[in-house]
Amino acid sequence: MSVNRKLCDLCGKCACVCPTDALVMVGRAVTADEILREIEKDITFYDESGGGVTFSGGEPLMQPNFLNAVLEGCRKRNIRTALDTCGFASWETVDGIKDKVDLFLYDIKTMDDRTHRKYTGVSNELILRNFERLAENGSKISVRFPIIPGVNDDAENVTRMAEFALSHGVKQVCLLPYHRAGIEKYRSLNRAYRLEDVQSPSDKKMELIKEKLITVGLDVRIGGG
Amino acid sequence: MKDRVRKLRERSVRTKPYITPERAVLITEFYAGDGASQSASTPGRRALALRYLLEHKQIFIDDGELIVGERGPAPKAVPTYPEICCHSLQDLEILNSRKKTPFAVDEETRRIYEKKIIPFWKGKSIREMIFGRMSEEWKAAYEAGVFTEFLEQRAPGHTVLDNKIYGKGMLDFKKDIKKSIRSLDFLDDPDASKKMEELKAMEIAADALIRYAERHAEKAREMLKKEKDPARRKELEKVADVCSRVPANAPRDFWEALQCYWFVHLGVITELNPWDSFNPGRLDQHLYPFYKEGLERGTLTKEKAKELLELFWIKFNNQPAPPKVGVTAEESSTYNDFALINTGGVKADGSDGVNELSYLILDVVEEMRLIQPGSMVQISKKTPDSFLKKAVEVIREGFGQPSVFNTDAIIQELLRQGKSIEDARNGGASGCVETGAFGKESYILTGYFNLSKVLEITLNNGLDPRTERRIGLETGDPSEFGSFDELVNAFERQLNYFVDVKIRGNNIIERLYAEHLPTPFLSLLICDCISNGKDYSDGGARYNTNYIQGVGLGTITDSLTAIRHEVFDGKNVKMKELLKTLHANFDGQENLRQILLNKTPKYGNDDDYADDIMRTVFEIYYCAVDGKPNTKGGCHRINLLPTTVHVYFGKVLGATPDGRKAGEPVSEGVSPVQGADRKGPTAVIKSVSKIDHLRTGGTLLNQKFAPELLEDEQGVDKLGHLIRTYFKLDGHHIQFNVINAETLRDAQRHPEKYTDLLVRVAGYSDYFVDLSTELQNEIIKRTEHKSF
Repeated sequence: MSVNRKLCDLCGKCACVCPTDALVMVGRAVTADEILREIEKDITFYDESGGGVTFSGGEPLMQPNFLNAVLEGCRKRNIRTALDTCGFASWETVDGIKDKVDLFLYDIKTMDDRTHRKYTGVSNELILRNFERLAENGSKISVRFPIIPGVNDDAENVTRMAEFALSHGVKQVCLLPYHRAGIEKYRSLNRAYRLEDVQSPSDKKMELIKEKLITVGLDVRIGGG
Repeated sequence: MKDRVRKLRERSVRTKPYITPERAVLITEFYAGDGASQSASTPGRRALALRYLLEHKQIFIDDGELIVGERGPAPKAVPTYPEICCHSLQDLEILNSRKKTPFAVDEETRRIYEKKIIPFWKGKSIREMIFGRMSEEWKAAYEAGVFTEFLEQRAPGHTVLDNKIYGKGMLDFKKDIKKSIRSLDFLDDPDASKKMEELKAMEIAADALIRYAERHAEKAREMLKKEKDPARRKELEKVADVCSRVPANAPRDFWEALQCYWFVHLGVITELNPWDSFNPGRLDQHLYPFYKEGLERGTLTKEKAKELLELFWIKFNNQPAPPKVGVTAEESSTYNDFALINTGGVKADGSDGVNELSYLILDVVEEMRLIQPGSMVQISKKTPDSFLKKAVEVIREGFGQPSVFNTDAIIQELLRQGKSIEDARNGGASGCVETGAFGKESYILTGYFNLSKVLEITLNNGLDPRTERRIGLETGDPSEFGSFDELVNAFERQLNYFVDVKIRGNNIIERLYAEHLPTPFLSLLICDCISNGKDYSDGGARYNTNYIQGVGLGTITDSLTAIRHEVFDGKNVKMKELLKTLHANFDGQENLRQILLNKTPKYGNDDDYADDIMRTVFEIYYCAVDGKPNTKGGCHRINLLPTTVHVYFGKVLGATPDGRKAGEPVSEGVSPVQGADRKGPTAVIKSVSKIDHLRTGGTLLNQKFAPELLEDEQGVDKLGHLIRTYFKLDGHHIQFNVINAETLRDAQRHPEKYTDLLVRVAGYSDYFVDLSTELQNEIIKRTEHKSF
């Protein structure tokens, strides 16, 4: 089955009547209160594990007002929060939520601006600048560094990332091995997947990068769980 | 693992179970010969029969064994109990040739059965007595698959030992028995004479076990004569020494303690074939004083203790559950005889019970990887995280042990039932998940109860569509019901009716065992049979509880939920139409079936629409059973567990409104319907916590995980947090099925059954069935490398 995207107006009726759930709407409109009620269901787990809520995406900073409202709600309920972000947002937006977030899970994809432009379509300048300001602000940050073979796994880039993090007092780094789980998602969205040829890095490669980063003084984990 | 352990373990695992006619021959000789005339009382004859068995059965000591004694003439030789169930030649053939849990039966055994056993016992077994005395209503319900009957092939057992045999020998028990005899009041107590007979029988049984142990000492000395190896000679001397010491006297060291229990165990499972064999219970608590003293005095090392424990473990594995046929084989299709070793928990004074031995036992469990004995950890709020962590590390190995229990819930369950605080703290769980006051309680499971079958009969106004017999009440034509409540009321009336039929049967069967098959040996082990002068099966124990085990909570909940959602609230389908569709097993109505499967709320997702209905069902079942008296001064209670009966109960059940097709298994334990939980383990935990576990005598929750989820430290910690949270919410028990590649392949073939299966993908987790085939294959490959 495929959807003619040109005719689709996202009304969702097809998914609603599809008895086998072969068609599903991904995402739905919710209010901040609805989300908070869902979050509250798991309070007892957060209490036990010292965990909390992670806002991820997509990109949560794309919906700053909504994010702000939910973060406020969590604060009131004493629920810890983490924000998984690519950092690409105006400082005004980041500034508005920065003190309501307990931990930033901050993506740094590459230090090289040209590569960044090539693969993401935008410069990394704003991202790095926001990172610096958050660090100055004293926000707790954990770097998420994806390892994409042939794109950003070169020694120079890894070293520059490490220097950048350390120079801003950030020690925690999660190395995320590139995976191909997105292929299926692209396919179902009728979109071309442009890294078909890129394979996941080997365990050995991941370990090598990890060791290298540990020697320069970073606190490194493989995986983001 | 030591070489000795490896060899014996391998023999145990490799040997296929087979039937030995030894016990059947001996018990027949006894009753057919003049043995039976030596006592005028039934308990007396039973005790003499046990003495005869233990005096004449073959004694077996294997090469390298330190803990000795087998129920049959050799490991995996399984005896039969014709006084309970006299197998026909056809039964023997079924046992010999069936695919699942077969028992080899040789020509000689068949001949003995034909010539000696069947002619003598036919018509006299308790199984035949039971079926002969059940009402027509009972038989109709039993045949329809509304409930099963636990006691038709196996004797009441379901009990666990406390610490009494570690401080007292059989000679001390005899003193207690004598004292009780002396205090009998023949003037004012009309039962004094009956009590006298029972107590005398216990005395004979105690002597029988002492003699049995002595025969092992004699055998060891005999072997000594031929043994040349000086190391083995020393061991055989010690074996002989231990066997002449225990169980006549209380054990003095770690070795004697284990051997003492083992003889007691063999006594119990030779006397009759009680359910759940028997069980030492809180082993780390019982053995710790011996362990500590041995280490302090230099007479024991940690390594030696481990070796002895491992040899002890193998003894359990050598004794498969006695053969079952018919419905009983379907409800409990396993060689596992459900001895469940408890570790952890709290002491009698309420303080944390975890000690060095608790950890050592987990090492043994991990190394042995045997189906028997089962092992579990009791986790209380006082249990250190390090112990829970150790348990999770064993769990992630993926062989299904240990299961995890909530001590604080167990204690509250027992207190609610009226046990003293000390008895509750000294208790635990046995069998699958059953709560008990160890050493003081007879807690008999009487049969499984098919909750969804009762709904099916309600939806057919009293008729069982499979047998086309009217076996229930006429509670009205459901298509006339104007509201969901009307349906619930009809279901409640129907359920009360069948529970009453079951309980009436229970109270007859209980008397049959009390009068025809008393168990004087088991009785002398359980408080307060000696001081009461009463048999275990006749209310002699301090506490006497009967259970009826509810099955398929998920299926019944989702079925009622679907009716409410689609018929009454949503008005998407008329009741008449739904019933027609169910009768046709959804033939031509796949669309409706998919809507029922995918578009209606399900139990297991922390959704109150469904979970509230689960609570209603729980309440109805609880009220129907809880507090109804048995004939032993106790009463009936509920628990929620299935063993393997959810498969049988599914077979006798037509299509159900939750979209399940006819004949498919119903849900097991308190777990959601397979694949109905789609919001992850925390939502399952939340839903299942809405059951009032504390008003049950045990509930069973299964969770499936792929090994990668537990790969690192963090994964182990997370599972620990999940367990702690469930227990904070009063959950009773949880066990983890760490799945293997084979299961994943099945999930590829049948994704609809595995919609809840979580796997670790790459630094994150996802539902397996949602992944592309390519990625699924990758994970299967990975799992193959990382599991066994």
